[in-house]
Amino acid sequence: MADGLFTFEALADPTRRTILDELAEKSGQTLFEICSRLSMKHRLGSSRQAVSQHLAVLEAAGLVETRRECRYKFHDLNTAPLRHITERWLDRGAPGPEESTP
Amino acid sequence: MKIHLTSVFVDDQAKALRFYTEVLGFVKKYDVPVGETDRWLTVVSPENPGGTELLLEPAGHPAVKPYRDALAADGIPVAQFAVDDVRAEYERLSGLGVRFTQEPVDMGPVTTAVFDDTCGNLIQIATQPQE
Repeated sequence: MADGLFTFEALADPTRRTILDELAEKSGQTLFEICSRLSMKHRLGSSRQAVSQHLAVLEAAGLVETRRECRYKFHDLNTAPLRHITERWLDRGAPGPEESTP
Repeated sequence: MKIHLTSVFVDDQAKALRFYTEVLGFVKKYDVPVGETDRWLTVVSPENPGGTELLLEPAGHPAVKPYRDALAADGIPVAQFAVDDVRAEYERLSGLGVRFTQEPVDMGPVTTAVFDDTCGNLIQIATQPQE
């Protein structure tokens, strides 16, 4: 995970990116809410089992964290792995081409 | 054919009756003793007393707990009730201490929210688009 391989694998799938979009909009969602948002808002017909597997990949990559409260399991977004990526290439202090005036 | 009655399992019928009437606002329709402790206990909507009854059924069967625990862990509701305004109902019920596992979300044309009925179930409320 140190080289971000899992992060890239996790981000490679469009459904998983949509899951992250929805968790960025509101953290702390049950599996049911995530599935509802995917099907109703995005017309993604993934089965509950498929979404559960996507969440497992995102969790393995550290992009999603789960917590249990009472009888319920909630999923939260964790952006730390993305920060590692930006630090690797973007935060070197060198001005990028976008900063040069045309 | 039409749906006349549906049921939810409840941990405690007396407690469930209080929640479904005093908090949610349904009215009791039938309350008939069955056996030593159980009751045939149904509630209906005050807006439609002759409509579908909801049976508050004792949760004693051994299959009920694993079934409901698995649903609750994934946030899956066992029933859906229609309300005029999910957000207003969310505010009202939250004010009464009801716990929501899903706050109101616009799901395309439908707005939904999910709360804990304190008797072992998650219930979804939904506002359908105006026809």
